[in-house]
Amino acid sequence: MIPQFLWDHAPAMTVAVPLLAAFLCPLIGKFTATGRKAWVLAAAAATSALALFTAWRVYTMGTWVYVFGATVPNLSVPPDSGGIPIRIIFEVDAMSALMLVIVAIVGFSVILYSLSADGKRSGLEGYYTLFLLLIASIVGMVSTGDLFNFFVFFEISGLASAALVAYRVEAGRAVEAGLKYFVVSTLAGIFMLFVIAILYGQYNALNIAMLASRMQFTMLDKIALVLIIGALATKAGSVPMHFWTPDAYALAPSSVTALLVVASQASLYGLFRLIFTLYNLSLNAATVGWVLIILGVLSMFVGVTMAIPQKDVKRLMAYHAISQTGYMLLGVGTGLAVLGNVAMLDAFGRMAMEGGIFHIINHAIYKGLLFLTAGAIIYRVGTRDMNRMGGLGHRMKWTMIFFMIGALAIAGIPPFNGFASKLMIYESVYLFNPVLAIIAMVVSILTLASFVKVFHSIFMGPQLPEYEHVEEAPTAMLWGMGILAALVILFGLFPQQVVDSLITPAANALLDQSGYLASILGGA
Amino acid sequence: MALTLSTGSGFWNPVVWLIAIAVVVVVVYLVWRRGEAGYTAGSAQVKPFISGNAEPAKKVAQMPASNLYWGFTEALSGYYSRVVPAHTGIVTDYLLWVLWVTAALFLLVVIT
Repeated sequence: MIPQFLWDHAPAMTVAVPLLAAFLCPLIGKFTATGRKAWVLAAAAATSALALFTAWRVYTMGTWVYVFGATVPNLSVPPDSGGIPIRIIFEVDAMSALMLVIVAIVGFSVILYSLSADGKRSGLEGYYTLFLLLIASIVGMVSTGDLFNFFVFFEISGLASAALVAYRVEAGRAVEAGLKYFVVSTLAGIFMLFVIAILYGQYNALNIAMLASRMQFTMLDKIALVLIIGALATKAGSVPMHFWTPDAYALAPSSVTALLVVASQASLYGLFRLIFTLYNLSLNAATVGWVLIILGVLSMFVGVTMAIPQKDVKRLMAYHAISQTGYMLLGVGTGLAVLGNVAMLDAFGRMAMEGGIFHIINHAIYKGLLFLTAGAIIYRVGTRDMNRMGGLGHRMKWTMIFFMIGALAIAGIPPFNGFASKLMIYESVYLFNPVLAIIAMVVSILTLASFVKVFHSIFMGPQLPEYEHVEEAPTAMLWGMGILAALVILFGLFPQQVVDSLITPAANALLDQSGYLASILGGA
Repeated sequence: MALTLSTGSGFWNPVVWLIAIAVVVVVVYLVWRRGEAGYTAGSAQVKPFISGNAEPAKKVAQMPASNLYWGFTEALSGYYSRVVPAHTGIVTDYLLWVLWVTAALFLLVVIT
């Protein structure tokens, strides 16, 4: 039996729980460290449960409109508002629900991992406050149907992320990386603020559905579109605006890095949401589609080629994260490029979009897993430099197995999840432009080559004298990695079930602009 | 079939791959079973044979990460000599890249 308050208020609670838990964290930490651990874990578990419940309801009952402060939670356009949705509205459709599933899975796994990995460090009150704030901001970004509200969560995400990157100082290097992230994030935030000013000045509304219904695609709207792509592609780590990514990902604690991947994907979600829902066919879909494709191809190729010569394991993985973002841009960009052509959209465009969207959740899981394995290794050997590692497979067998699962998944080796989404992208993009599909396959081969190097450097070879007494990672860290590894395998063995239940509805939600608008403006 | 992923123009069934893995595991097991069972751990029997040469120290035998793929990066040195220096680590350069790309996008979107 599900309590009535969940049926009524789960979308708001998914943000409120981590937000309130975050600010109570320092207070509880003043009295008891064990209590703080239990509090953080309980908050993460409750947030994940709420996110999964919200997603489940959306997938079974359709788009969920939640209006803050309304007498009835789904009263989006009050009778006395002049036909304008005046309140802050969360509109959770299948695409948002998919992102909530990602936050639920990765958020809980990294918190579980972090409680062990970071448990003996100082300053944990602020650390977990920021951690929970970051989770709350990601949930808000993917749930909201209001542009200004999106900006607010976007800013919270940027501030929490920058502070978390800088949190461990690392002789000033982490602080520098955090500052760089903060500066780039601020520029992206200013872009988004300009977008809001431009659209509000023209259409007197901030609700995305309302703006979409009034969209004229004027010169100012084109400027807003360019600023949206500039801001959100930068935050997603797309080449050539990716430079902050290796700095921030490499120097943040590994559990934070795994969550930063999800934060970047929330920006990617924002990019897709605004292009498809706010602009849709009013823009020149072929041009903007090709813009996403070119950004995707650049990200794939530059990301993977820059990863190959790296010696820092986390910096290498950061470049691979950039490379994988390219696949998502390529898949969804291909769908966008043929948006105006129903025959091509049905022939391969929809499948390309599904491949790109499937890759978002797959990437969040296997890249999260890889960053956690890197964190486990660094936790035990105290260095990120692969030149100083070797033979760890003798002592850290579980970490090695989890790393292998993540590495094979990211390289697109069957039967792991990365293969399924990449196959969908290869085959559909091939029908659009064979050269793009070939580049995508070559990048996968280079990814495999790169991870063979990492595997060899860290785990293979004779047991080195300095690591003779290295122990396996603590149990809680193994559980965090184990959850993600199990999902990598599960999604790889049952890809069609995942596509049918999660991915196809998400792609349909992105494509169905009129359905999104009707949920708000139709008074659903 | 429930396990078959349809890709529009093709399909993929993980069961086929699992069967292939199972066959490989069985073959590996059969080869392993033919190996020498009677050996003494820690004796000369388990030491690596390197054409009669002495075994080098563990640290020397380990191939460091930066030595792998040297040939690849050397062959693409023309590419790397341009791309690597672009990653200056200077935050104002990061901002410039964002602004340049946004300006280029502006021209592209406005012209078309």
